[in-house]
Amino acid sequence: MKRAARPILVVGSNATERVIEGRPVIDYLIDFARASKVPVVATAHMVGEFLKRGYEPAGFMSAMDIGNRLVDPEWQGIDGKGHPDVALFIGMPYYMESLILLGLKNFAPDLKTITIDNLYHPHAHWSFPNTTLEDWANNLRGLTSNFKENSK
Amino acid sequence: MTSKNVHVKIGEMKTRIGHIKNLEVSIGKVVDDSWAEPMGPTPMPGLTTLRDWDMKLLNKYKPFYMPDCDLCCLCTSCSIGAATHTGHARHVVDHLIEKYGQRYPLDVGGLNVKVEAPVTRLVTGIKPETLGDLDEVLEYCEKQITHLLSVAHTGQEANNLDFESKALHAGRIDQVGMEVADIAQISVFDFPKADPEAPLIEMGIGTVDTSKPVIMCIGHNVVPSVGIIDYMKDNNLADKLEVVGLCCTAIDNTRYFNRGKIVGPISWQLRFIRGGFADVLVLDEQCVRTDASSEAERVKAPVIAASEKNCIGFKNRTNDPADEIVADLVDGKVPGVLILDPEKVGEVAVKVAKQIAPKRRKMKVLPEIEEIVALAKTCRQCNLCQRSCPQDLKIPAALKAAAEGNIVPLTDLYEECIGCGRCEEACPVKLEIHSFIVKAGERSMIEEKNYCRAGRGAIQDVEIRSAGGPIVLGEIPGIVAVVGCANYPHGGKDVYDICREFALRRFIVVTTGCSAMSAGSYKNEEGKTLYEEFSGNFAAGGVLNAGSCVSNPHIAGAAIKVANIFAKRNLRGNYEEIADYIHNRVGAVGLAWGAYSQKAASIASGFWSLGVPVLVGPHGSKYRRMLLGRADKKKDWEVYDARTGDKVNVGPTPEHLFQTVETKEEAMVAIAKLCMRPNDTWKGRSIKLSHYVDLHKRLYRTMPKDLHLFVRTTTDVPMTMKDEITKMLEAKGWKETVIPDPTLLPRMVRKKKE
Repeated sequence: MKRAARPILVVGSNATERVIEGRPVIDYLIDFARASKVPVVATAHMVGEFLKRGYEPAGFMSAMDIGNRLVDPEWQGIDGKGHPDVALFIGMPYYMESLILLGLKNFAPDLKTITIDNLYHPHAHWSFPNTTLEDWANNLRGLTSNFKENSK
Repeated sequence: MTSKNVHVKIGEMKTRIGHIKNLEVSIGKVVDDSWAEPMGPTPMPGLTTLRDWDMKLLNKYKPFYMPDCDLCCLCTSCSIGAATHTGHARHVVDHLIEKYGQRYPLDVGGLNVKVEAPVTRLVTGIKPETLGDLDEVLEYCEKQITHLLSVAHTGQEANNLDFESKALHAGRIDQVGMEVADIAQISVFDFPKADPEAPLIEMGIGTVDTSKPVIMCIGHNVVPSVGIIDYMKDNNLADKLEVVGLCCTAIDNTRYFNRGKIVGPISWQLRFIRGGFADVLVLDEQCVRTDASSEAERVKAPVIAASEKNCIGFKNRTNDPADEIVADLVDGKVPGVLILDPEKVGEVAVKVAKQIAPKRRKMKVLPEIEEIVALAKTCRQCNLCQRSCPQDLKIPAALKAAAEGNIVPLTDLYEECIGCGRCEEACPVKLEIHSFIVKAGERSMIEEKNYCRAGRGAIQDVEIRSAGGPIVLGEIPGIVAVVGCANYPHGGKDVYDICREFALRRFIVVTTGCSAMSAGSYKNEEGKTLYEEFSGNFAAGGVLNAGSCVSNPHIAGAAIKVANIFAKRNLRGNYEEIADYIHNRVGAVGLAWGAYSQKAASIASGFWSLGVPVLVGPHGSKYRRMLLGRADKKKDWEVYDARTGDKVNVGPTPEHLFQTVETKEEAMVAIAKLCMRPNDTWKGRSIKLSHYVDLHKRLYRTMPKDLHLFVRTTTDVPMTMKDEITKMLEAKGWKETVIPDPTLLPRMVRKKKE
């Protein structure tokens, strides 16, 4: 993540449905996005959920659209300044996220993918493991705090 | 037209008995080509006849692949789907020809439907008038399917877009096969004929009178069910037994016999079988669970396999005396039989049901609540059930609560459970989790009492004349076809919500198959189901049930008839021109919210081939290939202006041809956007934009960022949103453009550039 030049975080519709320690996952992601400054691409109707919580994603489009752009080497990213080199994923229906990762594995060979759900994704380059909700919260907080420390 | 053995054509001959002109004779058939419409360029297209048209679509909507192996499953899926529907049609047509003769006339709506087979006319150039004419159409389909499937062999097609072109061709053939099946059964079985007031059919387990013997039919082929219903009627038993069904067999049963009941969509077979309601199960073809017979055995309900597509390992008793078969089933000597004679199916099913019902006393295999609480204590919380659940249902948490005496969380799972039973297969301690969920939700199940409108079949020509103009001009914002399977991400209510949302917005909503049932399975605040709340007219704000899966061509047919009846375009063998018309002018979108089958893929492919976009729910991502446009690539959105020959950028209208969406909210926004077409007038575009923006603001809490792509002139901007949108357009550096007479075909340009 630290070595990434142009990371993005793709957030799916389960971000509001999964709740850890009384907070929906999307709240953890907003903390992470603010600390890391990683641009967020919201899929489905998640843009409204981010806006409701006072955070404006860098972009929003359907999950298949972002997948389709990530396999296009000529796509210049959400901000038009260059193709992402690392894409983090969280919160899509498991099977859908897995399939999009398959598409990227096969057709976006230069892209590194990371998943930060509480379920292991074998088609990503790196993935959080299968964990309890408690460990998942700790992992997300840990990820965020790394960036907060580095920004000090 | 036909080429059977000997074919004689006489242009003109004067004889003593008369003056003969334009007589063609084939041995075995007299051919009379009295259809005045000239033949178009592509009757009975082969695999590559429409390749150029396919490539126009595929270069704009490029495939996005998500492969987990090296085999393309979508192409074979489309071929399997086309084969299934064509095989179904062949069975129906052969049976009806044998019983009623080749010359039985086709009639799908009397004087109200003169274009009785728009898809068949378009693709094959044949105007079928009798059952015998359908035989020729099916021969063409069967030939094409053989060629298509052969392409999937090792070492065949080397280019992926050419594979996709063949998938589109499979879709075209599939549409023809389905249309043949439906117009044959409508005509002969006297189904509702394009009737907007087709009767309301009782739907839901709660509507079944379980004090009577119950025959449950599962599958898609109505022929065995007609045998059952006819036997009941002939023996004055029509009100003495209940004939109920799951999926398309149920839809078609109730088009034939409006006292039949629809129990529900196909994916819920397991809950209904285990619930013990059925005294006899009649299984035909397509989407039947492979364990349906073993599950039926558990509840002591005999099974009759009625289709050669699904013999279930049972002995073929077709030629045995009916009463011997009945005795063996009632005495439990055999759990099931194969009977391929629909009349015998009728006699045996009815006799067995009458005799066995008092003995079975609706035996079910659902545990009592106390048993569930005790068994839940043995759950190891290993999570394998949730991991294997396609819906990721929180089963472990629900079992934990049940172990503590609280079954509410289990009850909550009932609505979203699709009834696959994978949880039970995964459970290391063999808990019957699906039965727990069904028992917990039993009250909801028993109280299911809704209405579905009987499948009406075709759209009337007069409805097309009335709605065609407003559709093409955009003043009816769009046609939303909510069709297909029941593999929903969050239960069937999403289908109801989507249908209702767009009916209230004065779109035309058409349903078929499992989606037609789900659409009718919920009620509004006044206690009315969707089909009671909205009219069944093909008009703004109408909600129509076209019928079963094989009724989907009536939807494609409506779009084709707009081109023919409203725009006076020739249909006959004129596929490319009509598809070009539909793609550029008819704002129609398909939504297969729970698509899962090969048939759904081929149905969708038939719509893609006509340039009609299709959305699927998240489980539809498992088709592993989308056809996506790139709104950010301006060059992809050029059309010819047929008036001038100029190339005009019309924006991403529609943006995608095949797209998966994650949530109901996303589906609604996408549907509104995908209904825009290059030909919209300023008034029509303004109406469509108002729906798109309104839904986007409500569901996404923000304005769309791509409005500048859809506004051609300032008059396109909805009046109520003028200020807000005008500012956005200025920020994007928007410039006005023309509204063309759009076509993708250079040959349709009327004025050639010098």
